[in-house]
Amino acid sequence: MSQITPSFTLDVSSTPRVPFTRLVSVELRKTADTRAGRWLLAAIAAITAAFMIIFFAVADAPDRIFENFIAIAATPQGFLLPVLGILLVTSEWSQRTAMVTFALEPSRSRVLAAKTVSALLLGFAAFFAAVVIAALCTLVGGAGSDGFADLTLIAFVLFLVLQLLTIIQGLAYGLILLNTPAAIVTFFVLPIAASIIFNLVPFLQDAAPWLDLGTAQQPLFNGENLSGDEYGQLATTSLIWIVLPFVAGWFRLMRAELK
Amino acid sequence: MRAIALLGHSGRMIKVEGLTRTYGDFTAVDDVSFVCQPGRVTGFLGPNGAGKTTTMRIMVGLTPPTRGRITIGGLAYHDIPNPGRHVGVLLDASAQHAGRSGREILTIGAKTMGLPMSRVDEMLALVSLSDSESKRRLGNYSLGMKQRLGLAHALLGDPSVLILDEPANGLDPAGIRWMRDLLKGYAARGGTVLLSSHLLNEVELIADEMILIGRGKIVAQGDKKSLLASQGTASALVTSLDNDALARALQADGVVVHPAGDGLRVEAEPVTVGRAAAAHQIVLTDLRSGAAGLEDLFLELTADTQREASSQGVPA
Repeated sequence: MSQITPSFTLDVSSTPRVPFTRLVSVELRKTADTRAGRWLLAAIAAITAAFMIIFFAVADAPDRIFENFIAIAATPQGFLLPVLGILLVTSEWSQRTAMVTFALEPSRSRVLAAKTVSALLLGFAAFFAAVVIAALCTLVGGAGSDGFADLTLIAFVLFLVLQLLTIIQGLAYGLILLNTPAAIVTFFVLPIAASIIFNLVPFLQDAAPWLDLGTAQQPLFNGENLSGDEYGQLATTSLIWIVLPFVAGWFRLMRAELK
Repeated sequence: MRAIALLGHSGRMIKVEGLTRTYGDFTAVDDVSFVCQPGRVTGFLGPNGAGKTTTMRIMVGLTPPTRGRITIGGLAYHDIPNPGRHVGVLLDASAQHAGRSGREILTIGAKTMGLPMSRVDEMLALVSLSDSESKRRLGNYSLGMKQRLGLAHALLGDPSVLILDEPANGLDPAGIRWMRDLLKGYAARGGTVLLSSHLLNEVELIADEMILIGRGKIVAQGDKKSLLASQGTASALVTSLDNDALARALQADGVVVHPAGDGLRVEAEPVTVGRAAAAHQIVLTDLRSGAAGLEDLFLELTADTQREASSQGVPA
């Protein structure tokens, strides 16, 4: 570019920018290369399995059907996966590794996109783990071929959507707050506070399915397809509680001073 | 050592132009301009809070500047593809995950940059971290070990430019000498090195070029000789058997004399004092140049930025 002082220009022709797939694989590696990270991943798998085994022990044989096992798995994963999403972002701040991460990849959007993709991949993995464990439980559950009866593809898809939404929600709260305890507390307290308000205030009760995420996500646990209204409610509440916080967090990261 | 001898491309210039960074009313960096040349070690010197770290953080895109710009080899840091391959950065050796092993930290860096894993072992050997040390978690490292690891991380991508913030912090004297030799060798092979420090002696020994910064402003820059030469006023420290007589003799010649310790501080060349002593037959017991060293210069230039009220130093 500069013909006057060519020797003072950095020759970058031999170093293409870091491929996105490499950024994703590094982010995935970072979730599992510390003791805390490995424990969290192991805990997600172990607690999911434990919930299903407890259900297996207390339920009667006819109830030991695939659909029920999957529904049981949704509960522990619903509160552990977001923590994974939160930590993916906030640990870079609490451990101050953000300085190193962003010095090696100055495009903050690319790093964030890599983190988002990693989070989604982990969500997929949790989904598959739950499906495999649920299938095993069903096979030995004694409900026979009825165990897999009435299964619809849509039930799988909705369960997966729920997992991915919560993990993105965790990521969003992590991005906005950039602080582990604050993000975790907000993630768990905010929905409780919201549902109390929506249940107590009479004129909000009718609007609750459209504004309260917990209410709108309830039909996802039923294992049946959603009605048009329910899809609409899921979309608006996800926009309010997940998409908007995520966009706000993204902007915050773009402007933040990385310490 | 072979590892960094692979430096395949000569070092490139860091250019800082009119850099300013404000935080509300506070100006951390105030219209700073300087260049770091390839093949030279540039020392960035200033008391705590002078703006060194802020400048270096802006350099690698972690902090946005309020005004001005920095280019490395003609490019803004943000525009350098795979920057770890060109610019080695060590801003804070403790800014790594305490739960990762040293080896894992280097592995993550090498994977991001797309380097072979053999590079990790080479760098560990270069900074003398043993195999068992490299498997320990960073939380159990001493500050000196963190600095070695940080330097290994900065050198991983075989960069032609190094930006190091207080790299000697926490190193023992042998470690400091080791780092000095390493960085001098690196610059001698054409690399560009910018390192900051608040310790003058450290920088004096290693830097070819010095930039003195105080309260966000550059107060002086140049090599050691030109910095000392720029300081001007001559001075001599003298002790004699009859200080009063010597003082009167010098004052009679129009020279300003201050009592200092057991002797006198004279605002003139030592030769002037010697002549006066010879003319008045006063026996001198000690006579030497009182020209301030780099340290005095440093303290003087940054005097209004020091946290301690700098006491008028009694000559040793």
